[in-house]
Amino acid sequence: MLDRDQVLHVARLARLELTDEEVDRMAAELSHVLDHIEAIRELDLEGVAPTSHVIDVTNVLRADEPTPSLSREAILAAAPEPLKDGFGVPSPGAA
Amino acid sequence: MSELIDLTAAQAAERIRAGDLAAAELFEAYRERATADELNAFTWVAESAPARNGEASTPLGGVPVAVKDLFCTEGVPSQSGSRILEGYRPPYSATVVEKLADAGAPLLGKTNQDEFAMGSSNENSAFGPVLNPWDRKRVPGGSSGGSAAAVAAGLAPWAIGTDTGGSIRQPAALCGIVGLKPTYGACSRYGMIAFASSLDQAGPFTRDVTDAALLFRHMAGHDRRDSTSLEFPGEIELPKREDLKGLRLGVPEDLTGAEGGIEPGVRENYNATIQLAESLGASIEPCRLPHAPQALSAYYIIAPAEASANLARFDGVRYGLRVDGDKDLVTMYSRTREVGFGDEVKRRIMLGTYALSSGYYDAYYGTAQKVRTKISEDFRAAFERFDFIVLPTSPCVAFELGAKLDDPLAMYLNDFLAVPMSLAGIPAISIPSGLSEGLPVGFQLAGPAFSESRLLDAAYALERAIGFDGSRARG
Repeated sequence: MLDRDQVLHVARLARLELTDEEVDRMAAELSHVLDHIEAIRELDLEGVAPTSHVIDVTNVLRADEPTPSLSREAILAAAPEPLKDGFGVPSPGAA
Repeated sequence: MSELIDLTAAQAAERIRAGDLAAAELFEAYRERATADELNAFTWVAESAPARNGEASTPLGGVPVAVKDLFCTEGVPSQSGSRILEGYRPPYSATVVEKLADAGAPLLGKTNQDEFAMGSSNENSAFGPVLNPWDRKRVPGGSSGGSAAAVAAGLAPWAIGTDTGGSIRQPAALCGIVGLKPTYGACSRYGMIAFASSLDQAGPFTRDVTDAALLFRHMAGHDRRDSTSLEFPGEIELPKREDLKGLRLGVPEDLTGAEGGIEPGVRENYNATIQLAESLGASIEPCRLPHAPQALSAYYIIAPAEASANLARFDGVRYGLRVDGDKDLVTMYSRTREVGFGDEVKRRIMLGTYALSSGYYDAYYGTAQKVRTKISEDFRAAFERFDFIVLPTSPCVAFELGAKLDDPLAMYLNDFLAVPMSLAGIPAISIPSGLSEGLPVGFQLAGPAFSESRLLDAAYALERAIGFDGSRARG
């Protein structure tokens, strides 16, 4: 049901550089799972409201009071390329 | 020493509070066992007991707790079973972990799990599979397999895990211990490395129902750092009920019929447990949950969809692995994720991304959300007639390592009986109800939102009547 091109398109959206072998395997495995999942599309769900969340809470607000946050050093300690003021990344344009 | 290990956590806490046992001695006894772990249940064990006094006056008495890897713990590896987070030590701790430490349950160690909590066998961990203490050729269940195996094997007095679609209840069942998935929102998710945010919920793994109530009592509560968490209405009581008189239990035949794939040995045990419940005074009647058989399909759209968004944060920029940092940005992202994620995680990211992609969103994600509404309505209607729904936790006992690895769909079907409650956000508990072929079987009770105290009470009465002996798994 899913072909190679579709798998490659989705992998690009998901920022996953799959190997050739993975692309083939993914096409077969996802198709198998989707075949099973398809069954829900046969249900009559006309007029049913979707549930995105089971708890009926909206716009949870709290007082806007400044509190201490983690230090920059503590956060940057885990970064692959910590810079003095932030996270180092490769150039978006570099080849 | 072995006598210490045979105490339940509540009994150990009681002894410490009475001055008959030193908290440090108990910690060291478990630390030694956890360090000598042959099940691969732990990914990290504390080097020494925390230096502090006064445990005897805390509610949990200094009885240490094992914590699933995906809970952030300050300065301690928190990797969610993934290579992409290998060696990551967060600068803060999850609220639930802090609350337990404050209540007198210090961190014993971190437990192995399926990568990002995706799996039902613990074979998807980047740090190797966990072995089931009842039979080391078999899986402990998943995704919280390390927590379940550690408690069953007496490597920890109790543990916490998370349940998104069965990840507490199923491993508890397969390891012969108690596992509670609380109402969605009962425990803060702050500091839990997210899988599917509308479903993820933390809960206890314990040897008995009393321990589950005690640990859960100190996990629950509103947290200003998780705006979906709620204040638990009323006290979480320790269970004391001795019978089930007047309780109406519903058997959901839509799930327990042929479609559920329930093994004969599990079915036999389930029927016997139902009869036992009846002899304790409960009334048992069939109950309809007509949309529940579709829950698994809806779940395998909703959970991967949420996961594909949650896992976008693992991109080699702020923490964890980075691959090919000398290439351009998108190449770095894509190769880091290719190398850092395991097969199942990639599968779910792909499934979720596909389900949310342009042209498919309504057909998959929108439909699944409507099914979710119908499932909640089914439960609401059922709870007008019944106090609890009762069913097996897992359709099968612990299976052999590797048995389902090549068939993702067969693996997903392990959650057929656990997923409906997750989608509805209602609490469910699994208690050990006996053995089939020498392996533990779990019995599941589910109730309306925030019915945990009643649920624990009923589970306690049943537990006493069943008289399950899990000591063999402790060796």
